Amino acid sequence: MDLYEYQGKELFRRVGIPVSDGFLATTPEEARKAAEDLGGPVVVKAQVLTGGRGKAGGVKLATDPADAEAKAKDILGLDINGHVVQKIWIEKASDIEREYYLSVTFDRGAKKPLFMFTTQGGVEIEQVAEESPDALVRLHIDPLEGFQPWVARRLVYGGAVEDPSEQKQIAAIVEQLYRAFVEFDAMLCEINPLVVTPEGEVKALDAKFTVDDSALARHPDIAEWRDTSAADPIETFAREKGVTYVKLDGDVGVLANGAGLGMSTVDVVAHVGGRPANFCDLGGGGSAEGVVDALEVITRDPQVKSIFFNIFGGITRGDEVARGILAALEQLDMSDYPIVVRLDGTNAEEGRKILADAGQANIHPEETMLDGARRAVELAK
Amino acid sequence: MAIIVDNDTRLVVAGLTGSEGRFHGLRNRAYGTNLVAGVTPGKGGQDVEGVPVFDTVADAVSKAGANTSLIFVPARFAVDAIYEAVDAGIHTVICITEHIAAHDMLRAYTYFRGKDVTMIGPNCPGVLSPGKANAGIIPAEIFSEGSVGLVSRSGTLTYQIGHELTQLELGNSTIVGIGGDPVVGSSFIDVIAKFEADPQTELIVLVGEIGGDEEEKAAAYVAEHVTKPVLAYIAGFSAPPGKTMGHAGAIISGSSGTAAGKKEALEARGIEVGTTPTEVAQMVAARLK
Repeated sequence: MDLYEYQGKELFRRVGIPVSDGFLATTPEEARKAAEDLGGPVVVKAQVLTGGRGKAGGVKLATDPADAEAKAKDILGLDINGHVVQKIWIEKASDIEREYYLSVTFDRGAKKPLFMFTTQGGVEIEQVAEESPDALVRLHIDPLEGFQPWVARRLVYGGAVEDPSEQKQIAAIVEQLYRAFVEFDAMLCEINPLVVTPEGEVKALDAKFTVDDSALARHPDIAEWRDTSAADPIETFAREKGVTYVKLDGDVGVLANGAGLGMSTVDVVAHVGGRPANFCDLGGGGSAEGVVDALEVITRDPQVKSIFFNIFGGITRGDEVARGILAALEQLDMSDYPIVVRLDGTNAEEGRKILADAGQANIHPEETMLDGARRAVELAK
Repeated sequence: MAIIVDNDTRLVVAGLTGSEGRFHGLRNRAYGTNLVAGVTPGKGGQDVEGVPVFDTVADAVSKAGANTSLIFVPARFAVDAIYEAVDAGIHTVICITEHIAAHDMLRAYTYFRGKDVTMIGPNCPGVLSPGKANAGIIPAEIFSEGSVGLVSRSGTLTYQIGHELTQLELGNSTIVGIGGDPVVGSSFIDVIAKFEADPQTELIVLVGEIGGDEEEKAAAYVAEHVTKPVLAYIAGFSAPPGKTMGHAGAIISGSSGTAAGKKEALEARGIEVGTTPTEVAQMVAARLK
C-alpha cells in the first residue's frame, strides 16, 4: 500500500524525523485557514500517488493566506498522470540551502534492506545512479544485525558530508528511518529531498512510503488510511467483495483460478489477437459465491463484451465453479454476455455436465485454454 | 531419485488438526507419502485418523522420526512454525501459508540460510515427486512419473503445464512450487541446482512470472552451471506496471521485473521461452523425443 506524502510524514514524525508543520486540506477555504494558522509563506502540495507532480504544477509556493487559497484552487482538480488531485497538503515553506537524498528499500534480489544516500538530491535517484554513480552510496543491511551506528557513518562519510552538525543530524535520521522501515513493515521509505536549511537544520521535505500489504493486519491505523476515492471504482468494489482484480483496457473479461494461471490466461487472450479487459483470480477456494462475486465485479466494466472462464481445478472444484456460473446467471443480468467455459482438473467432468444440463444458450464450453481464448475473442467482436 | 521429497520423506504437518492441514495432510498420506506426525500446541496425545499429534516439532522429531515439515498454520503463526522446525533439526521445510509479512520472512530467511536447510515457500503449492511422495496441495493425479523437472512460482499454472505434458505422455521427476512471495526460501537457482544433480531429471522447465529478478539470475546460472536442457515460460506479458497481480511478489516496479525483460534475459542465455503453456509442453516433447 502506497502512502500519501502527508501520511508518510506522519510516520516520520512518529519516529522523530524532522518535518515541517502542516495541515491537510480538501478545499481552497481550508487551504486559506491552514495558511493563517501556520503563518508566513506556505507550500501548497498536491497529494497524489504518482511522481512528477512538481513539473505538472502540483506544488506551489504561496506568500499569504489569500495566495494559498488561490493556489489551492489551481491545484485541486488538476490531473497529474491520470490522478485527479482531491487533497492538498499545506506546510510552512522552507528555505533550502542544499538537497540530499536518503532511502531504505526492501531489496528483493539481495534479500536485504538497502540504504541509498547521496548529496545530489532533489532529482530522480535513477538519474543520479546513471550519471554519477560514484556520488551514490549504497549499503545493504543484515536484517538480523539491524541498525548499528556504523551504518550511518558509512553513509555520511561515503557521501562526503563535511559539516559536523549535518553529519550528526543525518546519522540520527538514518537510524530513525530504519526504525520506521522495520516498525511499520515498509517496502520503501524515501526522503527526496532531505534538505539543509540556511540555518543548518536537516529535515525531510518529502516522503515516499510503501507498506507491505501482508503486514497491514498488525497496523490497523495505517490500513485505515487507504484512500478508496482515488482508486479505480471497479477495483475498489472488487476489494470490498474480496475478489483479486486488476482492470485492463480491453473487452474480453477473464476469470481464472490462481495468480499464475490468471496472468497466463490474460497473455493467451492477447496472444490470439484479443484485448483482455481484466486480470481476475478466483483464488484457491473457488466457492460458488466467489464465482458470483467475481462475475459481478467483471461485468461492472462496461467495455466487457465476452467472458472467458479458465479453471484448472486443484483445490478449486469444477462442479462448484459450474454451480457458481449458473447462480450468477440467475442473480445477475448476464444474458448479454457470451461466457466461454474451460474446465479441467478436480471434478471438471461433473462441472461440464452441470453446465450442459442447464442448457443456457450463452454458455460456450471449450476443451482447451487456447481454444477457449480464441472463442472468447471471437465472441467479443 | 527425484528431489526434496521422496521415499525417505517422513512428514510432520504443522496444523494437522486444522481443516486445511487435515484435508491435505491426509490426501498426501493417501497418495503414499509417509505422514508420521502432526503438531498442534495443546493437542499433543491426540491423533488424526491414526496419525499421532504432538505439542512441539521437537517431539515429532524425537518420537516419530520426522524429517520434513509441511506448514499449514495461519500467517501470524507461520514464521514461528518455520523457526521451530529448523531449530528442532528438520532440514526440509515446506510452507504453504500465504500473506506472511515480508519483513518476518526476510529475517527467517537470513536465519536459516546459513544452516543446512531446504525451505520451499511460503505462499506455494508444495512439492510433488510423482510415484514417491507429495507434500502440499498439488493435485497429484494430473502428473505422472518421468524425467521432466518442473520449478514454478505459481500453483495452477504449474498444473496447466503438467497437464499439457501428461497429454503428450511426458512425466515429471519432481514438481516444485517455490511460491509467489517477494522472499521465498528457495530460488529458481537453488532448485535448478538440485535438478542438475538428480539422475532422474533429464530436462528442466522453469515457470516464471513478473516481479523481482530471480528469472534473470537463473538464466545466468543455467548458462554457467547447468548441462541439462532448460526451457521456460513466463506469465504476465499483459500486466500493467505498479499493480500486484494476485501474488504479493508479482509486480512490475518501474521498468524492472517485466515479462519481456525476463524473456529477453533467458533467450540471451540460450533458454527457449514458450509463448503459451501448450507450446512449452510441445517444446519439451520435441527435445525429449
